[in-house]
Amino acid sequence: MPSKEYLQAERNQPWREALRKTMKNKERTDLPRVKMPEQPPEVRIHNFREVNLGLTPEQALAESHRCLDCVDPTCITGCPVEINIPKFIKNIERGEILEAAKTLKETNALPAVCGRVCPQERQCESQCFYVQKLKKQAVAIGYLERFAADYERESGHISIPETAPANGIKIAVAGSGPAGLAFAGDMAKMGYDVTVFEALHELGGVLRYGIPEFRLPNTIVEVEIEGLKKMGVKFVTNCIVGKTISQEDLKEMGYRGLFIGSGAGLPNFMHIPGENLIGVMSCNEYLTRVNLMQAADPESDTPIHRGKKVAVIGGGNTAMDAVRTARRLGAEKAMIVYRRSEEEMPARIEEVKHAKEEGVEFFTLHNPLRYEGDENGHVQRMLLQRMKLGEPDASGRRRPIPIEGDTLWVDVDEVIVSVGVSPNPLIPSSFAGLEVTPHGTIVVDGETMQTSVEYIFAGGDIVRGGATVILAMGDGRKAAKGMDAWLKKTL
Amino acid sequence: MNKIVGKEYLSDKVVKFEIEAPLIAKSRKAGHFVIVRIGKKGERVPYTIASADPQKGTITLVVQNVGKSSGKFCELNVGDYITDLVGPLGKATHIENFGTVVCAGGGVGIAPMLPIIEAMKKAGNKVIAVLAARTKELVILENEVRQFADEVIIMTDDGSYGKKGLITNGVEEVIQREKVDLCVTIGPAIMMKFVSELTKKYNIQTIASLNTIMVDGTGMCGACRVTVGGKTKFVCVDGPEFDAHQVDFDEMLMRLKAYN
Ligand SMILES: Cc1cc2nc3c(=O)[nH]c(=O)nc-3n(C[C@H](O)[C@H](O)[C@H](O)COP(=O)(O)OP(=O)(O)OC[C@H]3O[C@@H](n4cnc5c(N)ncnc54)[C@H](O)[C@@H]3O)c2cc1C
Ligand SMILES: Cc1cc2nc3c(=O)[nH]c(=O)nc-3n(C[C@H](O)[C@H](O)[C@H](O)COP(=O)(O)OP(=O)(O)OC[C@H]3O[C@@H](n4cnc5c(N)ncnc54)[C@H](O)[C@@H]3O)c2cc1C
Ligand code: SF4
Ligand code: SF4
Ligand code: FES
Repeated sequence: MPSKEYLQAERNQPWREALRKTMKNKERTDLPRVKMPEQPPEVRIHNFREVNLGLTPEQALAESHRCLDCVDPTCITGCPVEINIPKFIKNIERGEILEAAKTLKETNALPAVCGRVCPQERQCESQCFYVQKLKKQAVAIGYLERFAADYERESGHISIPETAPANGIKIAVAGSGPAGLAFAGDMAKMGYDVTVFEALHELGGVLRYGIPEFRLPNTIVEVEIEGLKKMGVKFVTNCIVGKTISQEDLKEMGYRGLFIGSGAGLPNFMHIPGENLIGVMSCNEYLTRVNLMQAADPESDTPIHRGKKVAVIGGGNTAMDAVRTARRLGAEKAMIVYRRSEEEMPARIEEVKHAKEEGVEFFTLHNPLRYEGDENGHVQRMLLQRMKLGEPDASGRRRPIPIEGDTLWVDVDEVIVSVGVSPNPLIPSSFAGLEVTPHGTIVVDGETMQTSVEYIFAGGDIVRGGATVILAMGDGRKAAKGMDAWLKKTL
Repeated sequence: MNKIVGKEYLSDKVVKFEIEAPLIAKSRKAGHFVIVRIGKKGERVPYTIASADPQKGTITLVVQNVGKSSGKFCELNVGDYITDLVGPLGKATHIENFGTVVCAGGGVGIAPMLPIIEAMKKAGNKVIAVLAARTKELVILENEVRQFADEVIIMTDDGSYGKKGLITNGVEEVIQREKVDLCVTIGPAIMMKFVSELTKKYNIQTIASLNTIMVDGTGMCGACRVTVGGKTKFVCVDGPEFDAHQVDFDEMLMRLKAYN
């Protein structure tokens, strides 16, 4: 949490005091929350363009009035990177949108991304005064964040954070997902010579190969990466740390520190009969074909099945992304099969809502038992088990239990398995001495993100085993601080 | 971007490329492969590293033109660049002194067999190479193999070169003649299946290098999965080499047709 004194000093700036007086709090709290303009469902299921169109300047201004510029801005406690939320919103209110964008970048290297994909309803917005005390809808912090970041980008006046004079110390990063990018940005700010190595042929990690265009356009990610390049960060694609370059190579090349942000790339399967039939695939495979390899483009060499009856197994963001992608690729019947009820779904509320509007069918409290294929081994139907909810389990969610004998067959021609990912063992297995948990995540010091190997720090999904963009970025920032302190001590 | 510095036709449809890739040339071992993408719209396709020259900083790939992507690759010439190339991927071949090793390579499978033959020989094994192809022109890299193998048996389907018959005939001949400690087989899935069935009969430990469909090659997508000993394995990270007697070849053959 930024210090109370600092927040107070900022809040006491004359412009903010003046702004607070322009409207009574009662007037502010009576204002309705803005609605995000969207592409209509019947249009958007035929294209891959963004569903959320972004607030208009008038809408953003109206929403900014709602924020009360609280003495104790509890919203900040809900943000893993502790954006000074009232400061950026009040800058929007006074019309200084570029200043608002700068405020975001004080602590968040990728605001245009977070404004789009953060589960705000569980993070910043859940802690907003409106929710906590007034039982009203939160200030639309995420929408405003996106507005300010988009405004800056479209204005062409992108502020590049100032960097300290180069100190010539070489630092390597494995993985260009949000953790690696956030780490690289902070280290570059401190004057380090940072190189990011990425295994794939494109940068961005899940932002690129996982989250679809209709939620996060690739150009947004590209612009953010351009910003890092301007700060002096170097990027090397097609390079697998631990394979293409070894631990020894890194040392030989003069790298003094390594940050591992390699993500949780290994897809889980359920290990039920028929799961290796043609047409059954992991969510990672499906989304990678479409997003990274552009398989929907007829000119692309990468093939994709365009199922007519598609079942997606799971209830997370990944599952929603896949099922909505299937709809856009022409599925007449697109189904979510989830073993608990809708309440327990880990996906963002907005995603579930969008999926429903797009005609996705929800088989909640259902679980697949087996798949059967035709004579060519192509999946044809699935057997589902009906479930009910029992007692809460260790995670606090009610445990799904099968209703004995209550099953049904459903016809499908494509099944996308989206039941979680595990950490990719590639790095842990090629770095001697790196301590990992039984789940395969890398063990780190929670404060500094330092691993059991002194010069290696880690963060994001490889440490958390699957989390969010903003938590991964928070880790990257913590690790930058930790590594900087360690380097200063040892060099 | 990796530059092509050498190109040679081994047959009508089989091309040997020498490609600049200094980091991979240095770190690769027998059994490793790379993923290649040709052109901005290209797909990611795996090819085994047939050999490497760490001094020159190059690797050699042998590509059989069987369709769209391999066809695009074969059209490239010396001086052209490969859009993306990443590796080395997969687990290296387990090399030790087993005794007598039969290396059964079919068609373009002879190319990935070459570094294994070399490594097995250097580890002190007696290496017998059985090379098989449909017809004479498709028997590739014979001279290179002869440099390292103690004996080379060539089989062609049509009898146009070597002996007439299938690879299994050649392998069985050796088995009946002398004690074989290990068999390594690389080639079309159907061929490996039959080699595996044969050696199982004789209880000879056998390694097969599987050529499944892949996308990322780093364990991220699961496109390459196969069933080995009743368990799902990812060829790109758990393989590509597996105990052939445990591999569900029928499932693999089926999955290879996913996009045909
Ligand atoms: C489909 C999908 C939708 C999601 N939706 C949301 C959402 O709406 N909101 C949200 O907050 N979160 C969402 N998430 C989760 C979020 O994307 C992840 O938590 C986050 O991306 C993790 O970041 P990371 O930097 O740890 O790893 P990743 O983003 O996974 O990036 C890791 C990168 O490292 C590379 N790499 C791996 N090994 C190596 C190596 N050895 N050498 C070099 N490079 C390597 C990988 O290729 C990859 O590019 C979603 C995830 C998925 C899959
Ligand atoms: C570990 C490994 C090593 C290999 N080594 C060699 C080698 O050294 N030399 C060689 O000639 N071949 C090798 N192969 C096989 C080679 O990858 C395929 O022949 C090639 O991908 C065929 O592509 P195509 O588009 O030309 O063929 P097509 O017959 O046109 O393929 C049709 C479709 O099938 C899919 N497909 C088929 N095979 C693969 C694959 N392996 N990966 C991704 N997609 C695939 C593609 O989507 C393709 O569009 C290897 C395969 C593996 C897995
Ligand atoms: S980064 Fe995410 S959690 Fe933080 S304020 Fe922005 S939307 Fe909220
Ligand atoms: S808690 Fe809500 S109203 Fe208060 S400062 Fe934060 S966003 Fe504004
Ligand atoms: S090719 Fe994607 S997991 Fe093996």
